[in-house]
Amino acid sequence: MIRLPSPLRPAIAGLALLAPALLGGCSTVVLSPAGDVAQQQGDLVVIATLLMLIIIVPVMALIAFFAWRYRQANTDAPYSPEWHHSTALELVIWAVPLLIIICLGAVTWTSTHLLDPYRPIGRIDATRQVALNAKPIRVQVVALDWKWLFIYPDYGIATVNQLAAPIDQPIEFDLTSADVMNAFYIPDLAGMIYAMPSMTTKLHAVANKPGNYAGFSSNFSGDGFSYMKFRFLAGSQSDFDAWVARVRASGAMLDRATYLKVAKPSMNHAPTFYSGVAPGLFNAAANNCTKPGQVCMDAMMRADAGPHSGAHAEGHAKNDDAMKMSAMPMPGSGKPEVVEATKITAKNSAQSTARLAGAGLPMPGDRRTF
Amino acid sequence: MMPPMRDVHPVVSPLLGRLTLDALPLHELPVLLAFGGVTVGGLALLAIITYFKAWGWLWRDWFTSVDHKKIGIMYVILALVMFLRGFSDALMMRAQQAMAFGDNAGYLPPDHYNQIFTAHGVIMIFFVAMPLVVGLMNFVVPLQIGARDVSFPYLNNFSFWLTASGAIITMISLFVGNYARTGWLAMPPLSGMEASPDVGVDYYIWGLQIAGLGTLLSGVNLLATIVKMRAPGMTLFKMPIFVWTALCTNTLIVAAFPVLTAVLAILSLDRLLGMQFFTNGLGGNPMMYVNLIWIWGHPEVYILILPAFGIYSEVVATFSQKRLFGYTSMVYATIVITILAYLVWLHHFFTMGSGASVNSFFAITTMIISIPTGAKIFNWLFTMYHGRIRYELPMMWTVAFMLTFTIGGMTGVLLAVPPADFVLHNSLFLVAHFHNVIIGGTLFGMFAGINFWWPKAFGFKLDRVWGKRSFWLWVVGFWTAFAPLYVLGLMGVTRRLSHFDDASYQPYFIVAAIGAAMIAGGIGCMAIQFFVSIRDRNTERLRDLTGDPWDGRTLEWSTSSPPPDYNFAFTPIVYDNDAFWDMKTRGFERPTAGFKAIHMPKNAAAGVIIGLISVGFGFAMIWYIWWLAIASLVAMLGVSIWHSFNYKRDFHIPVEDVIRTEDERTRLLAAQKVVA
Repeated sequence: MIRLPSPLRPAIAGLALLAPALLGGCSTVVLSPAGDVAQQQGDLVVIATLLMLIIIVPVMALIAFFAWRYRQANTDAPYSPEWHHSTALELVIWAVPLLIIICLGAVTWTSTHLLDPYRPIGRIDATRQVALNAKPIRVQVVALDWKWLFIYPDYGIATVNQLAAPIDQPIEFDLTSADVMNAFYIPDLAGMIYAMPSMTTKLHAVANKPGNYAGFSSNFSGDGFSYMKFRFLAGSQSDFDAWVARVRASGAMLDRATYLKVAKPSMNHAPTFYSGVAPGLFNAAANNCTKPGQVCMDAMMRADAGPHSGAHAEGHAKNDDAMKMSAMPMPGSGKPEVVEATKITAKNSAQSTARLAGAGLPMPGDRRTF
Repeated sequence: MMPPMRDVHPVVSPLLGRLTLDALPLHELPVLLAFGGVTVGGLALLAIITYFKAWGWLWRDWFTSVDHKKIGIMYVILALVMFLRGFSDALMMRAQQAMAFGDNAGYLPPDHYNQIFTAHGVIMIFFVAMPLVVGLMNFVVPLQIGARDVSFPYLNNFSFWLTASGAIITMISLFVGNYARTGWLAMPPLSGMEASPDVGVDYYIWGLQIAGLGTLLSGVNLLATIVKMRAPGMTLFKMPIFVWTALCTNTLIVAAFPVLTAVLAILSLDRLLGMQFFTNGLGGNPMMYVNLIWIWGHPEVYILILPAFGIYSEVVATFSQKRLFGYTSMVYATIVITILAYLVWLHHFFTMGSGASVNSFFAITTMIISIPTGAKIFNWLFTMYHGRIRYELPMMWTVAFMLTFTIGGMTGVLLAVPPADFVLHNSLFLVAHFHNVIIGGTLFGMFAGINFWWPKAFGFKLDRVWGKRSFWLWVVGFWTAFAPLYVLGLMGVTRRLSHFDDASYQPYFIVAAIGAAMIAGGIGCMAIQFFVSIRDRNTERLRDLTGDPWDGRTLEWSTSSPPPDYNFAFTPIVYDNDAFWDMKTRGFERPTAGFKAIHMPKNAAAGVIIGLISVGFGFAMIWYIWWLAIASLVAMLGVSIWHSFNYKRDFHIPVEDVIRTEDERTRLLAAQKVVA
């Protein structure tokens, strides 16, 4: 009954070819990016689309065909005004979409886990695995109104609105925001992840081709949003070393006072280099305590966790003693003692912590593993 | 470019609150011109009404009416008026994005542009799509279930006025103060006091609070109506599909809108009283807002689409001249969608750092929704199969919907794959997707519904020629406007940008702007279609004296067009889910004698009065004019109490009137038969 008439076959083939033809003329970075993670994500866009076209194309062809064939003027076509049920047909129209969704669901489940931004990447590209002893380039990202601050904790340097990394090396981003919600997105490198105030997120990625790529905020963040852009420079290891040397040569220091100046709202901020960074700046930004006198969120939560909490006594310590606070081990900074600190908090305040986690809410500085 | 200053909290005067002369757009020429235009137009309208001494008629027959048909029509008029505002915003955005490249900053500064896209989203969802959906349900549902009105007729009038008041508050922001610059969901911390200290977010909150209350009450009303007021014999599985979708939609409204009310109330507490629910510090957490707003927001999209699905089901069966294929599976598909609507909200923020298992769960629940939705498409398809399709305007919109929505559904499932969403979220691909389903799904459905039920409401059909022109401009314009946005999304272009550096995007934006201009042409043709049809309403070509111009299948077509105040002189008895079709095929004879006086609800003024006072209340809360807020709150309570002592709420339409009305219809029908 659902036999496809032969004149429609070329039409369907044409329809299937239409989408790539439309896209052929332009540079669709999402489908052909310069980083392996983004490439896998782009491939998934194509795979999922093709999988769905298995059903979409025949359906659209049938709509057009039935709409034409059963027009009132065509009295040759059969007309059965009371026909309204067919168990076999109903089975097909529920089962076929179900089968496709089962396939797509399987693809989704595996790819969501494999491409989880929290998961360290396992491969450099389709053919190369990440070496066992490879150390990722760590970058701490702070979204400010309306610019991006990048801190390289392993190099002790920081930049505004310019990011660099060597190609074919894993990059590990820790992200937070000092003001409002933003999303960190370099389409050529990897999918976006939100940078959120009083919370941290993570992103693992790798660049495969040298280049100068666009990066921006992909979540509306206020009046300067359109101008919240940065460049991502990917090059060889020696290019990267030279870049680090250039940043170090700037001689400027990103201390707390300078940070607060930089953090003031501004647009189109020119790329700026800092050869040194105040210790613990990222954690202070993530815990909303960069200004003098602010209580860090993590300290407050530890204090709130109850009188038996070990952290209680110092919980309300003011940030005047900036060094002390910023030296406090923080979840998310990747140091071993961090886990210890989290454990102590969790043990002493199991109830309150569980309540927060149970509500699906991220905890400040938490690693956000659900 | 200098960053805009973030105002310090202004001085609050005891008399005028935050309101000063600066709130008026005296220094912004375009806004001033719009203000002037609206003022002159408004005054002209008032003058015309006064000249024709129409105030009494408007007040008695419309504003205070509790007739579900008139309230439904008022909802649709409200929606169409607000649509002009929302679409003007769209044209302004398209123009800005088509020109703002490189050194050209466009003609809209960011703070203005940001208000426009926020207002566009809010107005199109809350004050266009919602009133269209609620209006059509209001008009059609009681007629389809053989009832004389809704369960709570006064509440229905009150609900409408609350919705209208929310729209008025939103419109005031154009001229007094400014609107929110946060995006249509006003996510904190951006919508918090620190980042948005001005009145914009307060306009947003109070406009939606008041309109949202109206929607909730209307949901309660229609739910009760469908559950309690169906004609004898109409079991649940004999209800027309549109009634089924209305039942599910109102269930969603009743369950989802309180969440919106609560989350906006909490945001108000943050803003007004310095509470710290959604702030960055002091234990606040913006993620709570994100979750809550989408727990309302996702069911909301099904609130918008389900009634459209119902309309398509009615239309496709009527114009294929064939019984709907797979009624039962259609009903279960609707129910499954209703339930799953609550289990997918997190797919709006896969990119906000949830773990892979959480993302996968919500991804797969989202994909599962496409199964019942797909089944619906197949059901319409096989209704057409072996049919005799008449291409009247409603059917044309339906076929356009089926083709357009299939693509929108596909891109929706694509966005439900988290790794794909990581590269497409917040991009213009997403913008294209949701316009594809909201325009191609909801709006096309509403247009089908308006063309379908217009003759029922007014007794004459809409002009086909202008309708077809409008149709083609809309459909072609839609694809011209949004296909480039799909491509731009794949090129990594994010949404809500008012300026671009990469000139290679520009051709796509120009094509999109041309598409928007074509849609403007479609809207113009639609306006002409209404005008021409009203002008030619008494011609043979458009007039409908039978009450059944399309050879309809459900009960609303069994009564006259427009229906009498009481809808049905005798409550119909239902034996089949295509009740009127069944009556026609069995040779049902319309009773012409034995009429009785009919018990009906009486008009009430309290709804419109409380509604208008609520505008004052909202305005006072927005501007911190506390004395006015207290006074208007007391006034609203006072009118409510006064209304509760009004015992003259019902009356009987005298039997003579019923006989006169029904005899007239008998005469008209007989004359029709002679002509035939």
